[in-house]
Amino acid sequence: MNRSSITSAQSEGSPSERKAAVGRRTFLKSAGITSAAAVGLFAAACTDHNGEPPAGVFDLGQGDLGALNYAYALEQLEAAFYTKIVASPAVMGRFSSQEQMVFNDLKLHEVAHRDFFKAAITAAVKGDMSKVLPTLEVNLPDDLFSTSAKVLTLAKTFEDLGVAAYNGAGKYIENVDYLLLAGKIVSVEARHAAIISNMIAPKTAAFASDVEVDPATGLDKALLPSQVLKIVTDGGFIKTAFTAKYLP
Amino acid sequence: MNLFDIFSNIEKVDAEAADRFSFYNRRHVLKFGAKATALAALPTFFSSVVNKAYAALPNATEVLKYALTLEYLEAAFYKMGLEKSGLIPSTDRAIFAQIGKHEDAHVKLLQGALASNSIASPMFDFGPAFDSYQNFLTYSQSFEDLGVRAYKGQAGVLKQTDYLTVALQIHSVEARHAAMVRALRGDKGWIQGNNSGGAVAAVYAGEEVTTQAGVSIVGLPGQTSNSASEAFDEPLDEKAVLALAGAFIK
Repeated sequence: MNRSSITSAQSEGSPSERKAAVGRRTFLKSAGITSAAAVGLFAAACTDHNGEPPAGVFDLGQGDLGALNYAYALEQLEAAFYTKIVASPAVMGRFSSQEQMVFNDLKLHEVAHRDFFKAAITAAVKGDMSKVLPTLEVNLPDDLFSTSAKVLTLAKTFEDLGVAAYNGAGKYIENVDYLLLAGKIVSVEARHAAIISNMIAPKTAAFASDVEVDPATGLDKALLPSQVLKIVTDGGFIKTAFTAKYLP
Repeated sequence: MNLFDIFSNIEKVDAEAADRFSFYNRRHVLKFGAKATALAALPTFFSSVVNKAYAALPNATEVLKYALTLEYLEAAFYKMGLEKSGLIPSTDRAIFAQIGKHEDAHVKLLQGALASNSIASPMFDFGPAFDSYQNFLTYSQSFEDLGVRAYKGQAGVLKQTDYLTVALQIHSVEARHAAMVRALRGDKGWIQGNNSGGAVAAVYAGEEVTTQAGVSIVGLPGQTSNSASEAFDEPLDEKAVLALAGAFIK
């Protein structure tokens, strides 16, 4: 596989592709989630510029269904990310055998979360697949994987974002069983975030740094679905359009 | 203080109290908490809501006292560990200073939320925990993994409230701590089956679950019983948590 040709094709692509690449760069540069906390609270992810979703675009739905589809979307992205890492000998080859084990584990965990949500949502809507978020086409071009530092930075971003997403969505979940499931998953995402951060800066405070955890309160971040989806959209990580009109 | 009284108080929560809580929540909390309140302002908001809510919410108060007790335990543990010269190698001090800082912050946050209903810290006896660095790490891992399970176990009581958000924000920090300490011990950051890796075995009882909400995780493509159990952390109820934590209270 010729990675450099794919990379240059990306940077010389159509205006929209370039825009997505710039968005990703800006996003990665500010990898912390802090700046994103200031974005508006309007659920506008993936709507067109008139504010109306194009016909046929999937909406995550309201209430617990919306929350479950939202989690399913994030888990699809994380699962695709680690699946791509593990599938590439070139990418894996930049990491020690111990680090490779971490990526193998993370892939299995995120795939488990993704497949769990698909099965749980399908059961909750009694098989009405029109209410289950379809499989999303992700946009994770090879240039995001060209160095070990890029891979780790993006992994950290996704894990910290996942923690903030579940923390922020929890109080909107009505069914206590689903709430508990979100709790069972978010602590695993936090474990991932700590281990990845420790791979970036071993034996420092990075595993729970003052950027992620407010030193005054000892609290991790919590973001609303609209804030999280804005970050994912601005990053250009998901190609398939969907809306979240009923989520806060 | 008697931890087991706290437990029995939590048990006394009745359906009527839960209804009042729910009613109070919808009318007075979500109105301010949902979209209008920046999440960053939550700690202050949290305190004021808790103060106003006391009379109607005995269960929330008891949960906060329970959480504070566990945070007192962790804060005391790291303070004593950091103060014992020669115990924590200089290479690892930054890690435990960070963890200790968070536990102190959790104590202050919960004390502030409880205000006049706050409780004093019990006296703790950690036995042989500070006899060696390996002992210290083993206890640390046990307390952190226990903390993750304890907060998760309160999700139902705090459902659809801003208390839940704060509890979740503490819960994920405990999970970060747990993963880091596990890594220091040469273990995975996540819990495989009910394997304690030499930490307190009872802390891991029930972690081996491989079915979630009726979905067999181990039956999903590519999964094993190990990955299926690792991917989901399990809650622990107050009784089990306090039975474990109570052993360290003088």
